[in-house]
Amino acid sequence: MSCPLEIRSLHVAYERKMVLWDADLSIRPGRATAIVGPNGAGKSTLLKAALGLIPSASGEVLFFGEPLGRVRSRVAYVPQRESVDWDFPVSARDVVAMGLYKKIGWFLPVRARHRRMADEALADVGLADFAGRQISQLSGGQQQRVFLARALAQKADLYLMDEPFASVDAATEQAILALLKRLKNQGGTVVCVHHDLDTVAEYFDDVILLNMRVVARGPAAKVLTPENLRKTYGARLTLLDEAVVDLARPGVPRES
Amino acid sequence: MMESLWRVIFLQDYNTRVVLAGACVFGAAAGLAGTFLLLRKRSLLGDTLGHATLPGITLAFLMAGPLGFSPRSFLWLAVGATISGVAGMASVLLIRKMSHLKDDAALAIVLSVFFGAGIAMLSAIQQLPGGQAAGLERLIYGNPASMSAGDAWFVLLASTLVAGVCGCLFKEFTLLCFDESYALTAGWAVKSLDALLMGLVVLVTIVGLQTVGILLVVALLVIPPAAARFWSDDLRVLAMVAAGGGALSSVAGVVASAILPGLPTGALIVLSAFLFFAASLLAGTKRGLMVRYLIERRAARQLRREHVLRAIFECAEDGRSAVTLEELVAKRPWTEGDLRAEITSLANAGLLTMSPSGSSFQLNGRGDSEARRLVRNHRLWEIYLLNHADVAPGRVDRDADLIEHVLDRRLVDELEDILDARARERLVPGNPEKNLP
Repeated sequence: MSCPLEIRSLHVAYERKMVLWDADLSIRPGRATAIVGPNGAGKSTLLKAALGLIPSASGEVLFFGEPLGRVRSRVAYVPQRESVDWDFPVSARDVVAMGLYKKIGWFLPVRARHRRMADEALADVGLADFAGRQISQLSGGQQQRVFLARALAQKADLYLMDEPFASVDAATEQAILALLKRLKNQGGTVVCVHHDLDTVAEYFDDVILLNMRVVARGPAAKVLTPENLRKTYGARLTLLDEAVVDLARPGVPRES
Repeated sequence: MMESLWRVIFLQDYNTRVVLAGACVFGAAAGLAGTFLLLRKRSLLGDTLGHATLPGITLAFLMAGPLGFSPRSFLWLAVGATISGVAGMASVLLIRKMSHLKDDAALAIVLSVFFGAGIAMLSAIQQLPGGQAAGLERLIYGNPASMSAGDAWFVLLASTLVAGVCGCLFKEFTLLCFDESYALTAGWAVKSLDALLMGLVVLVTIVGLQTVGILLVVALLVIPPAAARFWSDDLRVLAMVAAGGGALSSVAGVVASAILPGLPTGALIVLSAFLFFAASLLAGTKRGLMVRYLIERRAARQLRREHVLRAIFECAEDGRSAVTLEELVAKRPWTEGDLRAEITSLANAGLLTMSPSGSSFQLNGRGDSEARRLVRNHRLWEIYLLNHADVAPGRVDRDADLIEHVLDRRLVDELEDILDARARERLVPGNPEKNLP
């Protein structure tokens, strides 16, 4: 089985300000991997750049050994909950059905059997009773689960989730954990941006420690050493930080 | 005047029929395209677009003679309007890309500069001999009555096209407006969809030149969808209401201007749309003020009733089977009048028996089981807060008070699962505040 996600020497810059520096990693199939690091370490940026949502300065990203454009249906993205307007006039079922749009294809409407598939995905995250609810009438954790159900409906092989555990209730946390387990049992691969150091080792098999660059990666038990954590969370490399600001100033020569 | 109204309503002129049909379909198309424009949070772009068409119109007017077109031909002027409208949008994108300016600044700059250039050329045209500029003014303020049958057919066809595309791409546009980054990762051609949506908005603007005019076309794009939001939480229904509201406002404006000649049609259409908005704000069945007021009033009544029931139950729990008004007044900061009214209504509803003298009262069977349910919810919640949320004992009563009234069956079930076995026996647990050290 080819590697679900392999990133080689990825550089990402916002307005010429470097946020991700020479990131190298490969995700192992059938496992749950956490991307961990302090605020502003470039965790979400890494996912977004890999998916082509933001431009990368250089580097190569391969999904299942191929560029994303050729394997899109095998990759499901779960954005951060805050990234959309939850006052939008759609129901939970409508949102989950969006995961099926690509299967339905251009111009064709959502049919009864697609709505049934959406309902099944909702049931899988414990929201069977909430299918018809307008999405603003859901709690934060339920909204997060709606996003997960949308990715589930897509029936992908690789799931990229941006902070699925961020400020959710205990029930949602359990639902997500059960889901991770099931996806893995079915041979799927999960990558989550995660912020909580206390739960990393318990929830995930592999860990990538990130702070502008990849500090360490591998099985959770091996990676989560005090030394590595100090390197990730300790004071930033002052020189690198200053160089980044200098690079952002106009008049500095750019790489071509 | 009666006669002209008669003629309009019964569609006696061929011209009236065509103009009304055009206005109606145009209103519906604007409502549909506007729904997505609003959800994409681009309303102001619609306004900028309308204003940005003016220099193109005036330029087309000036160049018509040398190029051999009639300066009065709507289609020729529409070509100019389209080009400068698109140029305006491109300028917004360019400013945003090349500077650190935010959207609102870019929009304001483009709107004013394009419109200023248009106005300058317009006054130059007005000073030309021949006085032909009158034809241009109708495009600024809108005057559908001046439409020729050919123009009206163009309006009809273009509007049908806009509505058709919105219908065919309904799910694609929904996804684009709701979650652009997910759409991108799923492999949708987001840029093309976005360009298409903006193209539809341009088309609506051009079509609207003759009906509402360039200054007010944004009103028909934004007001009907905004009003529709008060009627539904379902995008399909919402789009339908917006289309209907747009058509209605547009037709009402045209009819009104036929009755009140001398007033610009565009303005009357916008005012009709506002009437639709005001009516929706008041009477909308989903988010209208009236519905919200009724819901809140019902909730406030329910709250008072539940508080009274619980107070009576708790008095009875202390060993007094019959409770007097004075005892109840002491339980909560409520007025005697309110309390008396509530007790009368509880007695009328058959939850409470008054003593013959009327000075004391007690719960009967139905009232007792209802009160038990309420007290039970309150105490379960108190126990949960004490044991699981580390709320200070002195505050649990107040905190639980806020929540017990919204506890539905499902939440109570979950609460029972979490709490100890005794709570699960569906009995009313003792007052946890009493057992505190």
